[in-house]
Amino acid sequence: MLEIKNIFKTFNAGTVNEKQALRGVSLSIADGEFVTVIGGNGAGKSTLMNAVAGTYPVDEGSIVIGDVDVTHLPEHKRAKYIGRVFQDPMMGTAATMQIEENLALAKRRGKRRTLRIGISKAEREEYRELLKILDLGLEDRLTAKVGLLSGGQRQALTLLMASLVRPKLLLLDEHTAALDPKTAAKVLEATQKIVERDNLTTLMITHNMKDAITYGNRLIMMYEGRIVIDVSGEEKKNLTVPQLLELFSKVSGSDEADDKLLLS
Amino acid sequence: MFANFLNALPGAVSQGLIWGIMAIGVYITYRILDLSDLTVDGSICTGGVTFVVLFSSGMNIWLAMLIAMVAGALTGLVTGLLHTLCGIPAILAGILTQLGLWSVNLAIMGMKANVSINVIDKEMLNKLLVSLRFVQDVAKGDRPFWQHPIFVVGVFTLVIIAALYWFFGREVGCGLRATGSNPNMARAQGINTDVNKVIGLMLANALVALSGALLAQYQSYADINMGRGAIVIGLAAVIIGEVVFSKIFRNFALKLLAVSIGAIIYYVVIQAVLSFTSINSNYLKLISAVVVAIFLAVPYWKGKYTHVKVTKGGSSHA
Repeated sequence: MLEIKNIFKTFNAGTVNEKQALRGVSLSIADGEFVTVIGGNGAGKSTLMNAVAGTYPVDEGSIVIGDVDVTHLPEHKRAKYIGRVFQDPMMGTAATMQIEENLALAKRRGKRRTLRIGISKAEREEYRELLKILDLGLEDRLTAKVGLLSGGQRQALTLLMASLVRPKLLLLDEHTAALDPKTAAKVLEATQKIVERDNLTTLMITHNMKDAITYGNRLIMMYEGRIVIDVSGEEKKNLTVPQLLELFSKVSGSDEADDKLLLS
Repeated sequence: MFANFLNALPGAVSQGLIWGIMAIGVYITYRILDLSDLTVDGSICTGGVTFVVLFSSGMNIWLAMLIAMVAGALTGLVTGLLHTLCGIPAILAGILTQLGLWSVNLAIMGMKANVSINVIDKEMLNKLLVSLRFVQDVAKGDRPFWQHPIFVVGVFTLVIIAALYWFFGREVGCGLRATGSNPNMARAQGINTDVNKVIGLMLANALVALSGALLAQYQSYADINMGRGAIVIGLAAVIIGEVVFSKIFRNFALKLLAVSIGAIIYYVVIQAVLSFTSINSNYLKLISAVVVAIFLAVPYWKGKYTHVKVTKGGSSHA
């Protein structure tokens, strides 16, 4: 479903702030795979995700979603294939618009926007039903401005929006990192529910090693702009956090990285 | 003094309504798209001079107004392309367009500083939709009430509000609002934010130019300085409208109506200042600038003040 071939991305090339964020990343994700991505700060996780989403172009390599080469497509055109939830709860929703208006915008992702009505009566009923899945009481607040919601509620809403039109690829960029543990667990639960329900091909960045092991059926770890660990199937299911750390120090060739990874 | 004020009131309200149409344009860029568009100082003049030149040459008044609007939309297109295609900050893009328009507007007038409509010619005068003269004519009973500028521009305003209400409830209009509210989210939902910004700027400046065309009719001339400080009047109208009506007007159409009423309030207050004080009218621009600056600052100060209070309360509990 997703075919990344040897992509490179360098920020501020030629200056003292030069940062080689991606150094030849190749990744092939099959239809229906749920991949968790871990790695320390600056490992290139978010850069990888933004490169796939089209936030910025890559310097080299190619990205293919399904059978479409999206390497040179702008962000808004790739949106047709991609559902996204950002780390910052403020990023994924329009605060000054109503809950139902936000959902209606997501409902039209990847479609031509015309002079048809922005939100129909039938849609409203559909949204009311869908919001019930989140179990946050939002189904009774369809016309409330999204700016009035908490970070967790906004993140859950963004998740629902990302999956409203079945995406070929769901990108979750540490979408629970800014939430308190209880809310984070609830959003993760909703994530699991939606991914399973629609059998979505998913890429989820997380800082939490336990979550990375618990969720999904494949785990990759990044280090210095490369993918250094890639486990799936039974091997991933039986993985423990200490094993993962040991694996990491073996691959990266350093022990000190343990703390860095654990702390971050 | 008071009689003087009352006499001038219908004229002030008429002018306020005409500027209100411009202010609605400013609302679209400033509030909906979250862009500060300074093109308006130039585009209101473009609308006015384009209209006068075409109408004076014998063109049908509606067609002349339509072309004036198209000219305004083109100024918005220029600003939009400078901003999105060339990456120039919106505020600077607007300033550049506005500066360039000074020459363009002179060129439209045939390198003259002003052009006028020959309202001594009765036939010409009767073709106009609005005119300062109609205010007096209606008062004297020489014309029916529905030719009063307040009535005519009032109808224009209502039609524009209805059309915008319709548009911003459509898929395209919702995309525009999302672009202004959160461009990141908009792009993630497949909305081309650049195109939307350009559309918004074109729409806004078309309305501004229409306001210019009506203003030129009203005063029966257009000159190169007619747009100077227009953006400040527009912002004043938007802010006054919000301050006065934000608690009661929640609906989008009513919010636009509030902007129009805001412009009327602005002109009535200006008229009151002129009627009741002996102030030199050349100071009006300074007064406007100060008033708008204060209104823009108050929400910021309020935010700061509340923030300080919260911190204090928090630490005392700790």
